Amino acid sequence: MRNFLFPRRSFLGAGIGATALTLAACGTSGPGGSGGSGGGSGGGDSASIWQLSGPPNEGIYQDSIDAFNELGEGTLEVTFFQNDAYKQKIRTAIGAGEAPTLIYGWGGGGLRTYAQESQVEDLTGWLDENSDFKARFVDSVWNAATVEDKIYALPIGATQPIIMFNNQKVLEDLRAEAPETWDDLMTVVESANSAGVAPISLAGQSRWTSMMWLEYLLDRIGGAEVFDRIAAGEKDAWLDDSVVEMGRKVEELVAANAFTKGFESMAADSNTDQALLWSNKAALMLHGGWTYGSMKSGGGSFVQDGLLGFGPFPTIEGGKGDLENLVGNPCNYLALSAEASDSEKEVAKSYFLDGMMTDDVAAAFVDSGSVPVIQGQDESLAASDDAEYLQWVYGAIQEAPAFTQSWDQALQPTAAEELLVNTEQLFLGKVTPEQFAENMNATLEG
Amino acid sequence: MVSAPKPTAAPVGPGHTLVADHAGVAGASPPMPARREPLQLSHVLFALPALAFFLVFAILPLIAVVALSFTTWNGIGSIEFTGLLSWKETLSRDSTWHGLLLVLLMIAATWLMQTPLSILLGAFLAGQQKYRNVLAVLYFLPLLLSSAAIAITFKSLLDPNFGIANGLNMPFLQQNWLGDSTLVWIVLLSIIAWQFIPFHTLIYQGAVRQIPQTMYEAAQIDGAGRVRQFFSITLPQLKYTMITSSTLMVVGALTYFDIIFVLTGGGPGVSTRILPLDMYLTGFRGNEMGISSALAVILVVIGLGLALGVQSFGGRDAKASQMEGA
Repeated sequence: MRNFLFPRRSFLGAGIGATALTLAACGTSGPGGSGGSGGGSGGGDSASIWQLSGPPNEGIYQDSIDAFNELGEGTLEVTFFQNDAYKQKIRTAIGAGEAPTLIYGWGGGGLRTYAQESQVEDLTGWLDENSDFKARFVDSVWNAATVEDKIYALPIGATQPIIMFNNQKVLEDLRAEAPETWDDLMTVVESANSAGVAPISLAGQSRWTSMMWLEYLLDRIGGAEVFDRIAAGEKDAWLDDSVVEMGRKVEELVAANAFTKGFESMAADSNTDQALLWSNKAALMLHGGWTYGSMKSGGGSFVQDGLLGFGPFPTIEGGKGDLENLVGNPCNYLALSAEASDSEKEVAKSYFLDGMMTDDVAAAFVDSGSVPVIQGQDESLAASDDAEYLQWVYGAIQEAPAFTQSWDQALQPTAAEELLVNTEQLFLGKVTPEQFAENMNATLEG
Repeated sequence: MVSAPKPTAAPVGPGHTLVADHAGVAGASPPMPARREPLQLSHVLFALPALAFFLVFAILPLIAVVALSFTTWNGIGSIEFTGLLSWKETLSRDSTWHGLLLVLLMIAATWLMQTPLSILLGAFLAGQQKYRNVLAVLYFLPLLLSSAAIAITFKSLLDPNFGIANGLNMPFLQQNWLGDSTLVWIVLLSIIAWQFIPFHTLIYQGAVRQIPQTMYEAAQIDGAGRVRQFFSITLPQLKYTMITSSTLMVVGALTYFDIIFVLTGGGPGVSTRILPLDMYLTGFRGNEMGISSALAVILVVIGLGLALGVQSFGGRDAKASQMEGA
């Protein structure tokens, strides 16, 4: 209806500019309705932060911010967004000078662009002054937050490796075990199909979900070094033989109807992929560790009844990758907007110290079923209801010979988008593995 | 909100000439001489707010987009002037041509689907019977819903695992509605038709009601049946309304974005990545604002061209009587 009352031509004409304006304008009064972020904060010191919606993290962050606001060190106003929408919005907002004080993200390539354009503060000096604070975090988190030897973001939240989840009940009915090799996997696919359950749940419309398969396949086939070379921008890094081999494995899976019917139109933001697993309609699901918490809170008693199985991604015969190699997000990050006023920055820094990852927040993460990036969690993990899972994740992270960052976060945003488009095409059989490799290789130049 | 006065003014237009003709001498009366008043200050003042809006929200962004199309910009860094580079890239990527083809297909399909249905519904609802008024209210309901809400609703209804097929236990509804590259088009076109036919029906209903009853009476005396009346009187009389409605439809189809973005995101793959969506995704996901702006310029040019083309069906003299042949 809007389209008719507001003539298209002006909409068109306004085009990108107006869209940017609208998006940016929404920033000050988006969902969660905090209002009054962005511009200078005249009176009582306040700062703004955008966070991702959805349980259990939304609740944890809300509580941590409420607790911080009670301290009287300033007020932090939070607005929550859906994951996929947030990724586009935050960038537009930063470009339009409307960024929140604290910029939530995944480090890696996205953070690198912000840093190169001086949109985020260099926090190296501040961390040196607060070395006790820095020492609280596990060491592995700093890599993805570092650009040219300077740290631009602080770790927040939990470590989120990508895990091969399974439904124990479905596997039992199929008389199968969690797959440890490629052949195991294909056997499960076959028997699940003949039993009429979906072998693998996948929300393909979100694209990064399919990408997680590529990440592990490439790792298992060619080892972690292949993507290391790609991320470093080495010439022809995508043309490695193992990239094509990875594409062939995808073809093999698609040909075997390994992914649930209709996966092409399922979106991860609606959590229907998780629902398939916990409602006994799918046998396997490769997904981020954060889904453990959301299945625990959203999946009835599935997790509590011990029906959610988990394990590493299977190995592939003749492949170089170690069964213990991980891919995923080391954690999430908060960067400080360079555009923020001094008083906003002060509030944000107080939040870093006294709100962001306090012991209470760490405990809340453990309760929700994830491993916070704070040192010395062994005891609280062992005491948790989810001890088995948490200790397995914790152990997996400690022992992993390589922990590759999610590709779409590690790469520069434009290359990441190209990757996601081509990933979807590969899963639909619209590009061949060779074309995939060539299309991606074109992103390395320039 | 301000621009494009031509199409929106049209439904009023026919009525206007109609009344004039009706009152005047029947048949080949010369068109009324256009009254030309000297420009007065008050005219300028009245036009000023509209002009200002048009300038700020249509002309300025348009200039900015044209300017941006000659640059390379990632959305947050500095804007670099790179001449024709973005244009070269835009014209050499498959995605542009694919999106253009799809959007033209979209225009043709929406027009073919919506125009006949809207005319028939409009003619039907133009009758003064009570039950038709009740039906009219029901038909117009989709018009009240926002596109995003419609898209989210249909996405849930059509979910392959938890959609209406499972909810109502009707296996024949269990299709891969949004995941099959052919089926998704049928679904999209149907949803868009469901959303916009009410609007066009409204236009046609108004136009049909403006057709003087005397014409139908004369036709009846000459022995014309209902079908003949429809084709010989109603349709020709709706010519200008069709132009209005078609303009809105064509230009509207050219900018469909919200429903597709929410429902399919351009997928599966790039099956529904029509040019306006491609523009958005290239700009805001791919962060290539230069190319995105070039795509926007292409869309503006095509939109203007199509709108003018459709308008030209009305003949040169926009003021000419519609009553010819009556």
